[in-house]
Amino acid sequence: MAIAEPQTTSKKEDDEISLADSDDMGVDDDAAFALPPTKIEIDPSTGIKTVTEYRVKEDGSKVRSIKRVKVHKVSKTVTKEMLERKNWARFGDAARYKTGDESMTAVSLEEIFLERARLQPKSELEKANDPLKAMASSQTSLLVCRICGKKGDHWTTKCPYKDLAAMGDKPPGSDGPGGDKAGGGAGGYVPPSRRAGASAGEGDSMNRRREENSVRVSNLSEDTREQDLQELFRPFGPVTRIYVAFNRETGESRGFAFVNFVNRDDGQRAIDRLDGFGYDNLILRVEWSAPREERR
Amino acid sequence: MRPILLKGHERPLTFIKYNADGDLIVTCAKDHHPTLWYADTGNRVGTYIGHNGAVWTADITRDSKTLATGSADTSCKLWDVGSGVCFQTFQFDQPVRAVSFAIGDEKMLITTDPFMGVNAAIHIVEITKNREEQTSKILKTISGDGIVNGRLNRVAWGALNETFLTAGEDGVLRVWDVETGKVLHEARDAHKGKPIQHLELSADKTHAITASLDKTAKIFDAQNLELLKTYVADRPVNAAIISPIREHIILGGGQDAMAVTTTSSKAGKFDSKIYHKIFEEEIGGIRGHFGPINALAFCPDGKSFTSGGEDGYARIHHLDNTYFDIK
Repeated sequence: MAIAEPQTTSKKEDDEISLADSDDMGVDDDAAFALPPTKIEIDPSTGIKTVTEYRVKEDGSKVRSIKRVKVHKVSKTVTKEMLERKNWARFGDAARYKTGDESMTAVSLEEIFLERARLQPKSELEKANDPLKAMASSQTSLLVCRICGKKGDHWTTKCPYKDLAAMGDKPPGSDGPGGDKAGGGAGGYVPPSRRAGASAGEGDSMNRRREENSVRVSNLSEDTREQDLQELFRPFGPVTRIYVAFNRETGESRGFAFVNFVNRDDGQRAIDRLDGFGYDNLILRVEWSAPREERR
Repeated sequence: MRPILLKGHERPLTFIKYNADGDLIVTCAKDHHPTLWYADTGNRVGTYIGHNGAVWTADITRDSKTLATGSADTSCKLWDVGSGVCFQTFQFDQPVRAVSFAIGDEKMLITTDPFMGVNAAIHIVEITKNREEQTSKILKTISGDGIVNGRLNRVAWGALNETFLTAGEDGVLRVWDVETGKVLHEARDAHKGKPIQHLELSADKTHAITASLDKTAKIFDAQNLELLKTYVADRPVNAAIISPIREHIILGGGQDAMAVTTTSSKAGKFDSKIYHKIFEEEIGGIRGHFGPINALAFCPDGKSFTSGGEDGYARIHHLDNTYFDIK
């Protein structure tokens, strides 16, 4: 047997308007007497109930509060047994607590999204349109990476060992096991900073990576989140980092963000398309971010 | 979607089980107390106190009245689900790794680990309708001597209770005959010899999904063990589940607990990954855990799932429209 158990959820919007200064509702000894009655209106098309109330604050000023409530009814079918189980007494470690007293259950503060995997057909389409890629596949001899010397795999600018090469080192694997050179003995732990390919200025490389293909987005609305930008910029190409600037004290958005692209071309296309783009009633400004100056 | 965090456990989670109606969840962890929760709100109903070791496994009967748990304290216990009272204990000499009720709840399979020179074994016990008549007698023991190498991490009954499937550390998936105790089929190279962490049958018992440390999950025909589908992940997979309503599967895992401290949580790949069951392609991921996912379970209505991690949290995900809108 199934019985319906309606569940009610409601959303409230409070909106307070002070009417203390209005002439017709001046401060009065018998203030409550002069207050207009509470009004309840129900909009039949949307189902939103509007409750208008008037009250007097402690300091004598009058306040009109408008409460808009929308009731969502979610009905769920439960069996008799399930209803019975709902009323089970707590047992074991849980018996010490009353219902709702425990702190064993919490709702995640963070909104968790289903992060969609990059769709395959799209990238294939891009491949077909990319003249460089087409050249790479037809004339393999033309394509030699100047950094790692690999033929026909990638262009010098897209070499995966680019960062290592800048530090004057060959890619791992091309000069024997990297760990040996760095000392520390065989099999021992070698910290990343001592490993081959991380000799000098690894902090510098971090910064460089951060500034590489970085696009500055400004005039964002306050409630823009990383996720929104991800949706906005992902179609242009792979994105390595999205950073939305927040005010540390108030937690409010500062209205700008940085988006790093893997490929500079993707970044340029994003700028061409999105600079001046209307987003959340604001006109976005999208530009290459200027290299960060030394902090004073 | 805002997942519900269940914080009742103090140690890594090992196993999660929904009841058949989908309103209760049992979580097992390396602390000694399996815990019962309401599946919709995540409120804790109670804990089952009595085990003295890590609890590896649990199963609930169809009528949601009896819970079986298996623990490293070498015992398997039967509990009254609603009161937390243990009414029967099956005592072994080896840690209990997996339990499974047969269709109809008249029999139960228990696997024990190899320990002190004794090989892994599978035990069949009878579950009586009337609890007063329940004994701790073991109907039959099938030894893994000369067959099984290492632990049997999961056991599941096949169609019509005629066969059962096992998967374990030796990476071999086997179908056994219940009557004779002989292996009918085995998939030796199911996962290149890497341990299989999880095995689960589809609701209609026609196919089985396995999750392995070789970074793949695979679907096999549950009768002849023919490989049907392979889902390639970029991490060791600890759990894989089949959606009861959509053509989706969810995998969870992550790098070894040993390597966690040396890498960032993003590089650890601790998210649950949704794959298309037929096309084998990745649909998306759901982040949240900060340790590898050890256990996953789908609600029987297919509208929510729960994951349990090495981080000691279980998270109930009531899937929202962004999931149901996926074409």
